[in-house]
Amino acid sequence: MILDGKERRRKTDVQMLDGNQAGAIGAKLSRVQVIAAYPITPQTPVTEKLSEFVEKGELNAEYIAVEGEHSALAVCASASMVGARTFTASSAHGLAYMHEMLHWTAGARLPVVLACVNRAIGAPWNVLNDQQDSISQRDTGWIQIYARNNQEILDSIIQAYKIAETVYVPVMVCYDGYVLSHTEMPVDVPSQGSVDKFLPPYKPHTTLDPSSPKNYNLVTLANPRANTQGILCHGYMELRFLLQEALQNSRETIVSVGQEFGEMFGRGYANTYWDFRLDDADIVIVAMGSLAMEAMVASKQLREKGHKVGVLGLRVFRPFPKSDLVRALRKSRVVVVFDKDISYGSEGAVCSEIKAALYGIGTTAMIRNYIVGLGGRDVKARDLVDAVEKAVMLLGQGALNVEYPEWICQI
Amino acid sequence: MGTRECRHICDESSPGIGEAGRTGEWRNAFPVINQEKCVVTKRNKLTCFLCWLYCPDAVVRKEMPVSIDLEYCKGCGICAQVCPAQAITMVNEGESCPEGAGGI
Amino acid sequence: MTKVSAVTLSEKEYLLPGNRTCPGCALSLAYRYILKALDGQVIVTVPASCLTVLHGMYPITSVEVPCVNTPFASTGAAASGLVAGLKMVGRKGLTVLAVAGDGGTFDIGIQALSGAAERRTDFIYVCYDNEGYMNTGNQRSGSTPLGATSGTTPVLGKQQRPKDITAIMEAHNIPYVATANAAYPLDLYEKVRTAKDVVGTRFIHVFIPCPPGWGFAFGDTVRIGQLAVETGWVVLYEVNNGVFRFTAASESIAGRGGKLRPLRDYVVEQGRFKNITEQQLNELQEWVNARWKLCLQRAGIQ
Repeated sequence: MILDGKERRRKTDVQMLDGNQAGAIGAKLSRVQVIAAYPITPQTPVTEKLSEFVEKGELNAEYIAVEGEHSALAVCASASMVGARTFTASSAHGLAYMHEMLHWTAGARLPVVLACVNRAIGAPWNVLNDQQDSISQRDTGWIQIYARNNQEILDSIIQAYKIAETVYVPVMVCYDGYVLSHTEMPVDVPSQGSVDKFLPPYKPHTTLDPSSPKNYNLVTLANPRANTQGILCHGYMELRFLLQEALQNSRETIVSVGQEFGEMFGRGYANTYWDFRLDDADIVIVAMGSLAMEAMVASKQLREKGHKVGVLGLRVFRPFPKSDLVRALRKSRVVVVFDKDISYGSEGAVCSEIKAALYGIGTTAMIRNYIVGLGGRDVKARDLVDAVEKAVMLLGQGALNVEYPEWICQI
Repeated sequence: MGTRECRHICDESSPGIGEAGRTGEWRNAFPVINQEKCVVTKRNKLTCFLCWLYCPDAVVRKEMPVSIDLEYCKGCGICAQVCPAQAITMVNEGESCPEGAGGI
Repeated sequence: MTKVSAVTLSEKEYLLPGNRTCPGCALSLAYRYILKALDGQVIVTVPASCLTVLHGMYPITSVEVPCVNTPFASTGAAASGLVAGLKMVGRKGLTVLAVAGDGGTFDIGIQALSGAAERRTDFIYVCYDNEGYMNTGNQRSGSTPLGATSGTTPVLGKQQRPKDITAIMEAHNIPYVATANAAYPLDLYEKVRTAKDVVGTRFIHVFIPCPPGWGFAFGDTVRIGQLAVETGWVVLYEVNNGVFRFTAASESIAGRGGKLRPLRDYVVEQGRFKNITEQQLNELQEWVNARWKLCLQRAGIQ
């Protein structure tokens, strides 16, 4: 048993769960009411587990076996409109197939939660892990949270509902396919009663009632237009400004929900990134998802070699936590960013965002980008160690900037 | 004062007449009902109402006598075609009503 | 059920005057009766289509029923979500009504519709068919007739016959399938009213003559709609729980010997058929004849 600060005794229920099971249980504990999902490797077990919960009567929900991912999110969006708490999950091609609906759901300000089991996208076919799929959707207006391990998957899904239903922005909880989804780890499963206390019921901002009829997401004009009472209503641009504003402000909600979660369940999430020995580090490794765990192993090895290395495990990618990262990285000499994705023709997305965040603060840090782990290519701690040492060496040679990232592969 | 006063966080529209403006301004011709021919007036009875039935814009008033809301009537002329008593004539905007026809 | 008439129908309108449809728009006409038949106790879901524009532009809508707009391909799925959501939040007594055009039903939306029907989703799906992508200015759809010119068949006219969407939906084994026509509003009203009380997926295919798209004067909308039935281009029927029945003017034609007017009478009235070849017209006539014969057989008349 764990005693928390308030001296309450909290029971634990540690189970060996893979990431998909953790995700499904997170949704179940959140009492989702409408689930619509289409199978795709490596997400499939999430949909199967949830349909099992529903058919056994363990979860009171409608499970809609949709005929495709675009429909999956369309079902969730409209169910959310009438006030149901909804859940879907996908990967790679499935996530790409619902791209239009991702834009729609965010623009409609619907608190849908989606689990993205990160997988490589074709062509060519590859069912193994990288983060290109969720990274490709970073412009759609969803909050994006990355889990480092299976405990964080379960916990983040529960928090996602509280965040989404507070700020009315949909939330994508991302976790690495196979590395997490199919790997068992000990996960402390909260009790239903405690989750019920944590998660209040969903109050939709939409009214679908014939006695007071409203029409949602009709055509908008470029300019603001007055309603029948003469009140000036938004143009498209103002509505979109509100979405951006909501995402900017959501950082506060993400942190406070994480704080509340910590007080209730003993595991705090009052952060937008995980901090491992950053205090005295002048070399920082940045990684997202399960790679952050590998990075911690690498940093220990580097420390043994005399380098002052810390790890910034990025948790919240959208909204991009600019000021948090500036505070964490302003004194760094070297920032090595490992991306399991690439914005083709440019560089890794995480690296670009870090550079943008650090613009204007007067840093002279060298920022190096390495593309790793695409299509499930295994990333070992020693690969990360070698990359960091190489970056440090190049710094010594005065090479600060390169046009394109380096790839750790066998080309 | 910006658009925040409307307090919408998403695109939420409420019903209103004349959403497209005064659609009566679209037309080239307007319908004139000859009440001497109109079955409702002639028989002094709530009957027929085919003009009301077939109007795409619901601008025919289902009353005795039948009348048409010219503010919004688009002048399509369906009512004139379907009237079994040929009581409705389409008159070009700017011309006067045909002889013998009563007002609307 | 007693037959309704223009006299007995309620004056209550859910369509407000001054909407954005063209003069003589058959969709506007049909929509009046679809909503009347359901007493406005609906949540409507609408994909990108002429109906979206009929509904208005933010922040004003010209229709007094709750409505959820949804992307083009997703109507069947959006309706499925409304049904599931309403069930889970415990709200009863509302009909989920999907209203999509031929584009959103025959083509881009067929997958979601098929999925919703296969899942036995409890909703009414109305396809309003103006035989082309009219909202984007008349491009050919899976419903456009052979020989019709359109924006994307501007010189040669469409080279293929349309899909028979009602037959496709019947093949899904759903409990209610019907055809209707804006030119027969009372028949449409009654069919929607019947559908209201059926549980399961209900599909109604409504014929919508389009003056600017088809090339006829907007006062002729009702006349063209009636001509379509008289020539057999449109057959008015319903299949309720597997039982086939002619209705309205198709029933009258079948009852007095079953002779249709030649399709040419219908085709010559419309600018979109100005380049139709004799061969194309013959092919269409044969197809109309074959389908009519089949309908007569199903009705037990031949």
